[in-house]
Amino acid sequence: MDIGWAHAGTSIAASFFASLVECVEALTVVLAVGSGRGWRSALIGSATAVATLLVIVAALGTALTHIPLPVVQLVVGALLLLFGLRWLRKAILRSSGLIPLHDEQAAFAKSSAAMRNFGASQFTWDKIAFAAAFNITMLEGTEVVFIIIAIGAGHSGMLLPASIGAVAALLVVIALGALLHRPLASVPENTLKFIVGVLLSAFGTFWVGEGMHMAWPAADWSILALIAVYLAVALSLVPLCRNQSQGLPLNSRRSE
Amino acid sequence: MKWAQNILREIYGLFVDDGNFALAILVWLILMRWLTSRSVVAPAAAGIILFAGLALILIESVLRYARRKRQTAEINSNDPGR
Repeated sequence: MDIGWAHAGTSIAASFFASLVECVEALTVVLAVGSGRGWRSALIGSATAVATLLVIVAALGTALTHIPLPVVQLVVGALLLLFGLRWLRKAILRSSGLIPLHDEQAAFAKSSAAMRNFGASQFTWDKIAFAAAFNITMLEGTEVVFIIIAIGAGHSGMLLPASIGAVAALLVVIALGALLHRPLASVPENTLKFIVGVLLSAFGTFWVGEGMHMAWPAADWSILALIAVYLAVALSLVPLCRNQSQGLPLNSRRSE
Repeated sequence: MKWAQNILREIYGLFVDDGNFALAILVWLILMRWLTSRSVVAPAAAGIILFAGLALILIESVLRYARRKRQTAEINSNDPGR
């Protein structure tokens, strides 16, 4: 294999930094989901997405380049948006007292007790955490696959260096996640759910926009602006709803 | 076939718990897709319009839920026989 080191090095670096951006975006959501809803389901969701991507890459190979990226962005982005806004809506209702916080804790305790009674392990399957982690990893992972193909297709023999760069970015992000997950454990549960709702809604909006060929003012940095405005909207809704919930009898604040 | 129905119900439940809310989001996305594909909206403004519509849908849904909750509670408190 006659690959010039200059070319190979450039491919590795380009793939590493481009993939790092996508991996960090996925990490942000997976960390928040894991801290809020449980690590095992979130990590299984992410691992399943990575495995699914690997199977798709192995099965389709370079035929993947024929799948239009905007279609993937639009479909997965729409799912992320449905999921994220639903989550954010519930977090706002919980924070304002319209849905009690303790209902979910009671449900969790009940299902844990039931699992123990049946002799099963204490692990309770959280499909919401799984789906959130799966969706974001699948979306960002698809981006990484396209980055590898785009960089690797430039010159013959560049697919391997591009893949090495992407794998290195993934390893760096996994190490970052291992470092950050403990400090996140001290954040209150509903605050994390609120943050996850904001993050998923912002990412979903961004990807749907990309899929529709919208020109975001600051490219990927627009995600930060979307996070800020979704957070502002959600935080301003909490006191408005709290006014409505004041004086409600407790038995009327049942979960949806 | 019951297992397939259960799986589909689970998947549906992941994305939808208030049908009107989910439907409003989908209708807004389809409308934005239609508007951008016909260049009715400038690409630079489209992102802001997309977000504004989604934020309004969220605000309306949350406030509607809060209002409905209050009305139900008021009806129940005025009718002690219930």
